Amino acid sequence: MDSLIGLLVAAPLLGAAVLLCGGRRLDRTGHWLGTALAATSFVIGAVLFFDMLGREGEDRALHQHLFSWVPVQGFQADVAFQLDQLSMTFVLLITGVGSLIHLYSIGYMEHDERRRRFFGYLNLFLAAMLLLVLADNYLLLYVGWEGVGLASFLLIGFWQHKPSAATAAKKAFIVNRVGDMGLSIAIFLMFTTFGTFAFGPVLENADRAGEGTLTAIGLMLLLAACGKSAQVPLQSWLGDAMEGPTPVSALIHAATMVTAGVYLITRSGAIFDAAPTAQTVVVTVGAVTLLFGAIVGCAKDDIKKALAGSTMSQIGYMVLAAGLGPIGYAFAIMHLVTHGFFKAGLFLGAGSVMHGMNDEVDMRKYGGLRRYMPVTFVTFGLGYLAIIGFPGLSGFFSKDLIIEAAFSAGGVQGWVLGGATLLGAGLTAYYMTRVMILTFFGEPRWKNRPAPSPASPDVEPSAQESGEHAEPHPHESPRSMTIPMIVLAFGSVFAGGLFNWGEAFVHWLEPVTSFEHPHPPIPIPVITAATVTMMLLGVGVAWAQYARRPVPVVAPRGSLLTRSARRDLLQDDFNHAVFVSGGQHLTRSLVYLDHTVVDGAVNGTAAAFGGLSGRMRKLQNGFARSYAVSMFGGAAVLVAATLLMRAV
Amino acid sequence: MNPVNYLYLAALLFTIGATGVLIRRNAIIVFMSIELMLNAANLTLVAFSRMHGNLDGQIMAFFVMVVAAAEVVVGLAIIVMLYRSRHSASVDDASLMKL
Amino acid sequence: MSTAATAASLLAADTSTGEAVQFYVLGVLAVAGALGTVLLRRAVHSALCLAGTMVILALFYLANGAYFLGVVQIVVYTGAVMMLFLFVLMLVGRTTADSLKETIKGQRWLALGCALGLAMLVIGGIGQATLGSEAFVGIGAANAEFGGNVPGIAERLFTEYVVAFEVTGALLTIAAVGATLLTHRERTEKARTQREQAIERVRLNQHVPPLPAPGVYARHNSVDRPGLLPDGTPSELTVNQTLRERGQLREVGQEQLAEVAAIDKRTADYHGRGEEARQ
Repeated sequence: MDSLIGLLVAAPLLGAAVLLCGGRRLDRTGHWLGTALAATSFVIGAVLFFDMLGREGEDRALHQHLFSWVPVQGFQADVAFQLDQLSMTFVLLITGVGSLIHLYSIGYMEHDERRRRFFGYLNLFLAAMLLLVLADNYLLLYVGWEGVGLASFLLIGFWQHKPSAATAAKKAFIVNRVGDMGLSIAIFLMFTTFGTFAFGPVLENADRAGEGTLTAIGLMLLLAACGKSAQVPLQSWLGDAMEGPTPVSALIHAATMVTAGVYLITRSGAIFDAAPTAQTVVVTVGAVTLLFGAIVGCAKDDIKKALAGSTMSQIGYMVLAAGLGPIGYAFAIMHLVTHGFFKAGLFLGAGSVMHGMNDEVDMRKYGGLRRYMPVTFVTFGLGYLAIIGFPGLSGFFSKDLIIEAAFSAGGVQGWVLGGATLLGAGLTAYYMTRVMILTFFGEPRWKNRPAPSPASPDVEPSAQESGEHAEPHPHESPRSMTIPMIVLAFGSVFAGGLFNWGEAFVHWLEPVTSFEHPHPPIPIPVITAATVTMMLLGVGVAWAQYARRPVPVVAPRGSLLTRSARRDLLQDDFNHAVFVSGGQHLTRSLVYLDHTVVDGAVNGTAAAFGGLSGRMRKLQNGFARSYAVSMFGGAAVLVAATLLMRAV
Repeated sequence: MNPVNYLYLAALLFTIGATGVLIRRNAIIVFMSIELMLNAANLTLVAFSRMHGNLDGQIMAFFVMVVAAAEVVVGLAIIVMLYRSRHSASVDDASLMKL
Repeated sequence: MSTAATAASLLAADTSTGEAVQFYVLGVLAVAGALGTVLLRRAVHSALCLAGTMVILALFYLANGAYFLGVVQIVVYTGAVMMLFLFVLMLVGRTTADSLKETIKGQRWLALGCALGLAMLVIGGIGQATLGSEAFVGIGAANAEFGGNVPGIAERLFTEYVVAFEVTGALLTIAAVGATLLTHRERTEKARTQREQAIERVRLNQHVPPLPAPGVYARHNSVDRPGLLPDGTPSELTVNQTLRERGQLREVGQEQLAEVAAIDKRTADYHGRGEEARQ
């Protein structure tokens, strides 16, 4: 069984190699090959999963040592895999959702002539992501970490003919570099502290290291997680990443890659448990991000960007839960999985809507689509109910558990975190209801529309769209797109309940992440009631705002908060003012310094010596009498020196 | 009178000779100035010889004279040759050692 | 000044009044001679001044009891060396190098500075040195040791300093041979005939016709005045090479050139041609 682990990674890697190197002869079959290899990976994962179920708790983890990568005395880097319950969860999520999205992409990318390349990139992403979660040491994890970053860059910028897509890809890559730097520093620190970076030795010996070191490692890991998972302050790239094709947004920027940060924190739980300061920072980042993302999501008119804000917010929940320690790890991962289902479903639904609406993304130009695309409406609606935490659906269970865990953090911290998560739940309900109403209910606002107005600055009209300004004809998507949506909708509805059946998921993960029951200061039913109340409040406000009166096609000016939220709460302006301008000032002043001080010193020295030698050269005039003067001068100096020595 | 005065006179003559070397361009006059300096040195030797009651100083002066005579012979020969080839007795004209 | 007095003065810590007078008078003359050597424009005058200074120095040697050196000074220096200088002077003749005009910028001031500094330092050094009268011995005893100055010197020269003496003898021989070698010019090739010179002149295309004979373009009949070419510029070629190299050309002044122009103008006026016709 151990040897199957490598195949998990090898299958999509083979697909990527074949598709990217295979050339045009694979154009007609390449997408099926890619999908088949992703499905193969999923099947292998399922086999391993059932094999794992056949063993008991502690024995479930599998290891496979492929080869020694850097066999140097004092520095042993191995290519080795570790498949435990946590990795297994991710493997099933990645390969399962990944396979579905491969299937969906066949229909979605049908008219794109670079579809083969797209599937190659998707397979590359799957391979890198599986490497990330299967690695048994931080260095190999780093390889996967960089691999998914590369795949993300390639896929965001897949439509590279659009300047906005190319810019967004670069932005994602550059912002991720900041986080990657954190991860590499964390690995350096681990190596100097523990002498190794394999999970086993590092995590077992974590409590033996000094708390200061652990706090530093934890903060660096958090920085890495912030970069990859779009948490404050490295969140700015996720919104722009929606420039990529919608399946990419669903797979990479909703379901899997952006949750790598949560995986990293959960995996390194032993380090964070021993560094309370780092944990406090983690929950702070999570709480800030969940509100930040929710507020941004409330203001966006671009359906994908609204969902991106939502993703940010939900990952905030996960990071917050992961920062709570053993009471939260399992809930973070559970929410991660259910979020993977319903957010992927929502994105696929959004893609389906865009597919039927000539790639229009402005929700203000949707409306009343439920009659035209019923399957999309139903699946999207189920995902919607799941994410807002409608009782009985996935999101209800996982989010409710996180809110309980947040209240259990104890003291003021517990109340603050609990309040933030509750408020986040209300905001989630508000913005998702807004998306739902704007898209599927109300009057159709896409009829009798002359041309795409420049009212939505977020939207870059694609070449295809600007080619046909005709009125869109909304239609249901082909079966290859609806089947994945239906499957994901099932996941959105039932996953939470299944996981929570007798705390199955918690017990499943307990050997890896350890678990403590949260003990909130107020009774659990009260919290649940408060959550449901907040949710209903959010839905009600959104209904009152968007369903009771007609929605203007052109967005109203809005309040200051709305306007800043449309600009992603000024995050780009902040980055520009602080880092870009600051960096430019720094470089300019450094260039100035270089020109004046360094060059000045160098050139000045050269000029001084040049001038000096020019003058000294005049001494060498060839006249014996001039030399004689020097000689007599020297003689005089010698006499003076002699007399002085005698006098002393 | 203190015989040290001879030394002062010698110093004066030496300095005048040195100045001559430095400011005259005619090689022959430069040579004469050098002879003047040598003679000034001889005068000090003779004066010291008297002060210390020792003939060694005079012997030394004698050798200086011999060497000076040899030097004059060779030096004047060089000047004559220079004049033949360059048609000038100016020390400044022989300034080939510059850039 | 009697011999006894001289002997006494040579022994005494302080010299006699006579010697003092002699020193001051001759010392002034010696300095004047030295200054003349350095400052007089003509080399012959310099040489004569130097000869005078050397004679005075010979007298000082005698006064200091160095009788042998005094005589040698007169015979060798004033007699032989200075005559050699005069011979060479006659050989070289007057040159432009005699000019006292300084050509190197700042040389004079630097030289004066160095010389003054050196003088002050040396004189100060002598003043500082412990050469008081208590150290004064006098040459009398040393001279009397072997029955006189000359036997005393001879005794030392041929015993203690005999090696140095022989080496200086060798030095003198070498100097004489060297000087002979330097100034000797052996003709190593056949002298060129007039025909060969003419052929080479044509081949080099310089002065294809023979040089102008003296007085061809001359307006004056002295040999040191260059003739004027048809455009009025002086031609150096018309003056003897020796005079040219000695710098003994007589300058053709502006008045001569003006004179030529005036003659031209008068000629033109006589012929009744206008200004522009001459242009």
